[in-house]
Amino acid sequence: MKKRFVVLLSLALLVLVNLFVVAETAPKTVTINFANFSSGGDNTKYLEEMRKIFEKTHPSIKVKIETIGYGDYFTVMQTRIAGGNVPDAFELNYENFATYAKKGTLLPLDELITKGKFDTVVINENALHAFKANNLQYGLPFSFSNVILIYNKELFDKAGIAYPTSGWTWDDQLEAAKNIRALGNNVFGMFQPIQFHEFYKVVKQNNGSLFNEDMTKFTVNSPENVETLQFIVDRVRKYNVMPTEAQLAGMGDWELFKAGRLGMIITGSWAFPDFIRDCDFEWDIAIEPGKVRKATHFFANGLVLSKNTKNTEAAFEWIKFLSSSREAANIRVDAGWELPAVTYPEVIERYKRQTPPTNREVVFASLEYLVTPPVIEQFAEMADIMGKYLAQARDGVMTSEQALKEAQKELEQKIKLK
Amino acid sequence: MFYKKSQKITTIILFLLPSLLGLLLFSLIPIGSSLYLSLSEWDVIGGQPQFIKLENYSNILKSEEFWRVLKNTSYFITLYIPLILIVSVTVGMLLNFKYKGIAIYRTLFFIPVLTSWVAGALIWRWVLSPEYGVVNALLGYIGIKGPGWLYDKTWAMPGIVLASIWKDTGFFGLIMLAGLQGIDSTYYEAAEIDGASNWEKFRKITLPLLSPTIFFVTVISIINSFQLFPQVMVMVLERNFAPTHVFVERIYLYAFKYYKMGYATAFSWLLFLMIFIVTMLQLKLQKRWVNYDT
Repeated sequence: MKKRFVVLLSLALLVLVNLFVVAETAPKTVTINFANFSSGGDNTKYLEEMRKIFEKTHPSIKVKIETIGYGDYFTVMQTRIAGGNVPDAFELNYENFATYAKKGTLLPLDELITKGKFDTVVINENALHAFKANNLQYGLPFSFSNVILIYNKELFDKAGIAYPTSGWTWDDQLEAAKNIRALGNNVFGMFQPIQFHEFYKVVKQNNGSLFNEDMTKFTVNSPENVETLQFIVDRVRKYNVMPTEAQLAGMGDWELFKAGRLGMIITGSWAFPDFIRDCDFEWDIAIEPGKVRKATHFFANGLVLSKNTKNTEAAFEWIKFLSSSREAANIRVDAGWELPAVTYPEVIERYKRQTPPTNREVVFASLEYLVTPPVIEQFAEMADIMGKYLAQARDGVMTSEQALKEAQKELEQKIKLK
Repeated sequence: MFYKKSQKITTIILFLLPSLLGLLLFSLIPIGSSLYLSLSEWDVIGGQPQFIKLENYSNILKSEEFWRVLKNTSYFITLYIPLILIVSVTVGMLLNFKYKGIAIYRTLFFIPVLTSWVAGALIWRWVLSPEYGVVNALLGYIGIKGPGWLYDKTWAMPGIVLASIWKDTGFFGLIMLAGLQGIDSTYYEAAEIDGASNWEKFRKITLPLLSPTIFFVTVISIINSFQLFPQVMVMVLERNFAPTHVFVERIYLYAFKYYKMGYATAFSWLLFLMIFIVTMLQLKLQKRWVNYDT
């Protein structure tokens, strides 16, 4: 009887010890939830590839990816946050990043960066800086893209004029556009959307700005800005080198370019895969022309952690991997899925070697002149107010001066700056 | 089987519970909380709502935007209601004739109703395109230079009205058809014997006896007009075109794009109030023209 008891006890002990040992050698796996919009459509498979590599190198972390279309993404995130059901890590575009960070829904990453001895030098400095708010690092860049001048070489040849160079000014561009417009009734010289997302950059090319130095006041209707708006409106209404809304009639600017009816288009580097697939003529790129100085767009999508995540470290590992690993960067470059915001020379070389466009270093050269979108809490509302008045000027309903004066008035009324 | 009264009540409640719960969870509670939200300031993602009493309402009523939106909606209603009534009565009468293949025609008219607004509105964007659109091409044949439609501040709303008529004719036409079929044919026979003309028959028999249906269609379509949204959303929203700003479109923007949920819910309560008042007025006024004798 006693013997049997001892045997049983030792067996029980053995099982217990085994349990402990097993528990120690195979640490518990954690699952983190990740929501994103930028892999929507064709790019989901590349994000899957990244996840597979990550889970192989981080066996204790499982990632559950949720891809939501861009159109619904922010509505879904809003509802999730309100309902307390936020993914551990998620993607935000630059404009919404500011709103989320300032409303205190995100986890600052500074401590994780120093504790994990993460050397951020592998990340493009501008892109990293973009995801700072209130002097804290709230996000890591997922990808970046910028805006360049893309031109149709054949139309330039037909018009018998020289291709754009990176030294071009607004006037050079206008002259070329007039020559191309002269090629036919259905051919337009150039396209650059007249809307808020272009305007805050274009005013900088003329030494203007929509805000005063410390962003406490709007300076929308300054003489420089009025001059700038007049210049870009003249392209449409006076010289008609750019189509009016009615002439465009619902056709997208990309479609117009791809149809070979547009000499120059100011648009993002994210157009490359599309243009490579659809353009049956030769095209190349140059740095966007300026007036007094150059200013170019910079867009980035960022990766952030929820303030309430319980898997802080695992989630941080994942966004660090997506943002800065060679593996993820190479997958991106090979897929032509925007640009990884990393500084590895071989990755950048790999990107530049792809053609068209031949002149890919323009994408990096443009970074020298970058301006970032003005980050304020009521960003979307401000953009819509500005957009409304810019459209009035574009469509000839108001003069440039009137439009900016009215915009200034409404912005002062509705938008609180710090 | 005999139940005690209390048992019977329990049974009734149990049977009603699923739909009562649904009503409570998905209608009554949301309505109540939206009323509370409309009295507070809430950005959805940054914490709890702050109670601010009637501030949202007074800000909305003081804003130029509210009155502009009201003006745009009224413009839509004055164009849309007479047109939809005339068109749907006409279509109802045409479909009431008995000729070969009538079922096919009825189906054809009903197809737009079944089409999703998004698909329909995308097609209408092309139909109304100033340069490449069908409408302006047809106008061109008879020597009229068509307007800019959705790109023109006067013509954008008429363009949206056209698309809405296309979409709704089938539905309201069908309701009119049902109304017409409810009219006893002996009235017409008697009128014919008395030598009434077609116009007189229409004027003295069809219209009065159809008036309850017309009234129903008017009420429903005015409510729909206040809630005008998908066509605007697809046809013009991306261009943020001031002449086409309407109520639901504003509510959507404030709630989901500008992070101002309180302001947006106050906007929707005002919309509710307006619809309520207009419908009440219609109910009062119907005594003067709606005829319920058959």
